Amino acid sequence: MKKYVTYIVLGLLALLPLLGLNSYVMHILILVIMWSVIGMSWNLLSGYCGQVSFGHAAFFGTGAYTAGMLYNKLGISGWWGFPASVFVVAVCALGIGYICLRLRGPYFALATLSMGVIFRIVAENLVNVTGGDLGIMIRERTWIDKTWYFYIILAVAASSFFLVRKVIGSKLGYYFVAIREDQDAAESLGIDTTLYKTIALILSAVITGFAGVFYTNYMGYIDPKVVFALHDISIIAIMVVMVGGVATFWGPVVGAIIMVLLAEMIRSIPKLGTAHHTLFGILLIVIIIYLPNGIVGDFPKIKRLLRIGGVPR
Amino acid sequence: MSLLEVKRVSKHFGGLAAVSSVSFGIERGEIMGLIGPNGAGKTTLFNVVNGFYAPTKGEVLFKDQRVSGLKPHRICRLGVARTFQVVKPLQRMSVLDNVIASAFLRARNKGEAEDTAREVMQFTGLSDDSRVISKGLPLGKRKRLEIARALATRPDLLLLDESFAGLNPAELDESIGIIRKIKEKGITIMIIEHHMRVIMSLSDRIVVLNYGEKIAEGTPREIGSNPLVIEAYLGEAQRA
Repeated sequence: MKKYVTYIVLGLLALLPLLGLNSYVMHILILVIMWSVIGMSWNLLSGYCGQVSFGHAAFFGTGAYTAGMLYNKLGISGWWGFPASVFVVAVCALGIGYICLRLRGPYFALATLSMGVIFRIVAENLVNVTGGDLGIMIRERTWIDKTWYFYIILAVAASSFFLVRKVIGSKLGYYFVAIREDQDAAESLGIDTTLYKTIALILSAVITGFAGVFYTNYMGYIDPKVVFALHDISIIAIMVVMVGGVATFWGPVVGAIIMVLLAEMIRSIPKLGTAHHTLFGILLIVIIIYLPNGIVGDFPKIKRLLRIGGVPR
Repeated sequence: MSLLEVKRVSKHFGGLAAVSSVSFGIERGEIMGLIGPNGAGKTTLFNVVNGFYAPTKGEVLFKDQRVSGLKPHRICRLGVARTFQVVKPLQRMSVLDNVIASAFLRARNKGEAEDTAREVMQFTGLSDDSRVISKGLPLGKRKRLEIARALATRPDLLLLDESFAGLNPAELDESIGIIRKIKEKGITIMIIEHHMRVIMSLSDRIVVLNYGEKIAEGTPREIGSNPLVIEAYLGEAQRA
């Protein structure tokens, strides 16, 4: 039974658009799935391989701008961004990896954080190439209806899910976790830590880049402040996985559901809404203290707590 | 031709010479003991042989090939495996997964890696603990897990850094038995140890370091009667 959970969930999701949900609900669903893609990719690099990235906006933004510029400069459909971004994002990841992967732990995290910011500033200032702060507008939307956007991001998410599961069950996965647990031990067991960290980074970056390509095509407008955002992309990518469960297959999905719904709810609260980042910060602190393995990782603990709460003593 | 040749190796940390101009060779199939008082440079020497440090001067030859300056994973692939004095299990992985991770070095697929892992765990007496998360393993077994992991890389030379420290007498005998069995398989062993009983009974030859310099080399009997060694090391131990 447990073996089929993935397919059942996938099947149910695929049926959702047939219910004739309104456009707002579809939008929320699409955002949830997009964020679970970003979460899965962050989880691969930071959850399994232990290289905590604070700069995933660099890859999201690069993917988004690849799609945007194909449309804007070459006049072809932004959807070509999917194949093109594999190359562009991988090259960026290789460069970032060359600089950052020689650092360990918090130093790596800080280096990636600065990379995200550098990418944003470059995108803002290379006005001739990116259009700067004006951003890029996709004038002809592919579809008015949200159904096909939903299926496309669902396909990306399903592929990412199966890819991550395949990778983690293989030699690569063992090597990633070995590197996370002890890099020196891994190295002395014959694992080329630099090579495998680079592989993890590139895989993770390309998947996040896909989410970026989708974002451009779906939203129809991008600018550097949005797609290279530290607080709205890089940090939320971390939160999705931290809340859902680090190094679990379903953690990013659960985290994405909670984070997207929470963001929508908090934003609609009068006055408090503008402080949603503050509330996210508080949530993160609470999660780290009480559920350090996230909702999926600490599920047995949650079940135990609920049972004790439910039964009168 | 020696399996491993250490040629006039020095390793300096700033002004401190942790190892200075040490030379020796290890023949195929023998157990070489490396002893010396605390801070004599034994682990530093291991780190040079294993590739964590490049020697400041001198060179290390393994199977007649220069390995000093190569990264540890390259040296491991050539056939040098090591254990750590401060054990470094992959904490949140099961014992079996720990060994599988290192068995992948020579395995073509997961099935093969798992076969190697199970065989090595049988050999080191860890089979009953295969599902245990290694964080929860007692020290004695963690030390053996280090050996199992190293063996899973199918080494020609095994470097054991204090694999006996902190073991109780029963575990000690078990580990000595394992080391003897490893030798029977034709794997060459270099061992750092403070336990005199262990080192004297296991080693074919012993190298003694003091303040980073080699002060003696010979059979356990020769070392036991060498006045320099007694003064630097055994004498100190007897007084304590």
